[in-house]
Amino acid sequence: MTIVIGFEGSANKIGIGIIRDGEVLSNPRRTYITPPGQGFLPSDTARHHRAVILTVLKEALEQAGLKPADIDCVAFTKGPGMGSPLVTVALVARTVAQLWEKPLLGVNHCIGHIEMGRLITQADNPTVLYVSGGNTQVIAYSERRYRIFGETIDIAVGNCLDRFARVIKISNDPSPGYNIEQMAKKGSQYVELPYTVKGMDVSFSGITSYIEEAAHKMISSGQCSAEDLCFSLQETVFSMLVEITERAMAHCGSGEVLIVGGVGCNLRLQEMMGVMCKERNAKLFATDERFCIDNGAMIAQAGWEMFRSGQVTELEDSWITQRYRTDEVEVTWRD
Amino acid sequence: MALEKCMAAIPEFLSKAELLKQGAEARVYRARFLGRPTIVKERFRKQYRHPLLDEKLTHRRTVQEVRSVLRCRRAGISVPVVYFVDYSSHSIFLEEIVGSSTVRDHIASSPPSARCEGLEPLAERVGQVLARMHDEDVIHGDLTTSNMLLRCGPEDGVSELFLIDFGLSYISALPEDKGVDLYVLEKAFLSTHPHTEALFQRLLKSYAAASKKSSAVIKKLEEVRLRGRKRSMVG
Repeated sequence: MTIVIGFEGSANKIGIGIIRDGEVLSNPRRTYITPPGQGFLPSDTARHHRAVILTVLKEALEQAGLKPADIDCVAFTKGPGMGSPLVTVALVARTVAQLWEKPLLGVNHCIGHIEMGRLITQADNPTVLYVSGGNTQVIAYSERRYRIFGETIDIAVGNCLDRFARVIKISNDPSPGYNIEQMAKKGSQYVELPYTVKGMDVSFSGITSYIEEAAHKMISSGQCSAEDLCFSLQETVFSMLVEITERAMAHCGSGEVLIVGGVGCNLRLQEMMGVMCKERNAKLFATDERFCIDNGAMIAQAGWEMFRSGQVTELEDSWITQRYRTDEVEVTWRD
Repeated sequence: MALEKCMAAIPEFLSKAELLKQGAEARVYRARFLGRPTIVKERFRKQYRHPLLDEKLTHRRTVQEVRSVLRCRRAGISVPVVYFVDYSSHSIFLEEIVGSSTVRDHIASSPPSARCEGLEPLAERVGQVLARMHDEDVIHGDLTTSNMLLRCGPEDGVSELFLIDFGLSYISALPEDKGVDLYVLEKAFLSTHPHTEALFQRLLKSYAAASKKSSAVIKKLEEVRLRGRKRSMVG
């Protein structure tokens, strides 16, 4: 029996989760939400995390019914992400690891998403679409690496959506993407927007600058409503994502798709991916907001896999990093 | 009446043709057209896309594909001949390159130990062909080893290297676009054929030597490579 606690706080969510041999014992989380029209800055985010992290840690242990002595390993997000929030969380993880005299494990955030997705859905060897505010990658496992087959060459799809939400000043509660999704349901007019796929890669900076500039003009001139723009933006960016996923699947001969990351909560994206999968007789796997959105249990799960395959992070190697490629990690727990 | 008859003719023709494969974007058939072995590439409707977006994209890609293939051909680059295009069914009738295999299969089928040695001449050839294409300001847009065909020549002859699948192509003189084109190939190459970094370097060297405008392109390629690494990865 192996029990791992995972600490995650690379963006505006701070979560701590505990996993015991594939069972999620607890997974509390808090989100730093900014007023409409504003994004979250590193120092404010770190301040938010510092204020709540010990409370969340207590919750994680209490909800799991465990004491520190029961934990086998302390996993934390090594990167990628925002600097000061990462440091805040790593500091607490290092401290409790030393206090409780438990081994430490620095985990790649992207791999946390993938391993959690695999655990929850039991997908065998899927093509993974990892989409969030900070990342957009199409990943497939091959020869001990999670190889990136396609990705954004500029900004992440979630970033594009979040920035559009700021332009039309919709609420960031519970998340800008969720509110865009609700508004899109009320939109009906399709407005043509730039569509950019380059081979297996995508580019979102073009559509972002286009819509940031044109949104107000289009809405105030009555050409379309904010709901129509939300609808059109989703249809366009999600089509791009489905396209590059399908290309990767065709290239690898894969019959499974797993969507992970915060944008993966979006039901329209899941619906579109489902249609594509049905046409190819492939299976679609997705999780709900508990596990799509950044959470501590996903770090615990990746940590569990790494720990059981013999990995440990020494204190002097427990630094955090803002840039940490998914394919940098040697996947020692799979063959 | 006549238009309807025309529009019905292609699907009827295809229903009797041999379906070779169903890719992500198109169905590829083998048929005979005007007495010649022909490949028909039919872009079908993608149900997950909004109909207006789908129509715009499909039409644009059909047009771009044909335009780029013709431009390459005029520049002396080996590409299939375009026999016929139908814009209602988004079908392109192309010359079948009989007796060919993809460069992907070629690399995959050579033993790992010889993978970098025996394939160097091939890598050099690919670099040269891409240099010619970029000097024509044609951006392929989807360079992978599956989109390159090798047709074996006569016993003592050299095999011919063809470029295919220009669906994402466009015309551009910008080194940025050419750099991204090579970047797409690099990613596809290294992810499909692990441990072939040296082979790809050979390809780039050959490209740089063959192209008149290569230094700006290689510089952009290096910039684009870093972009993936320098990007803020939050969330």
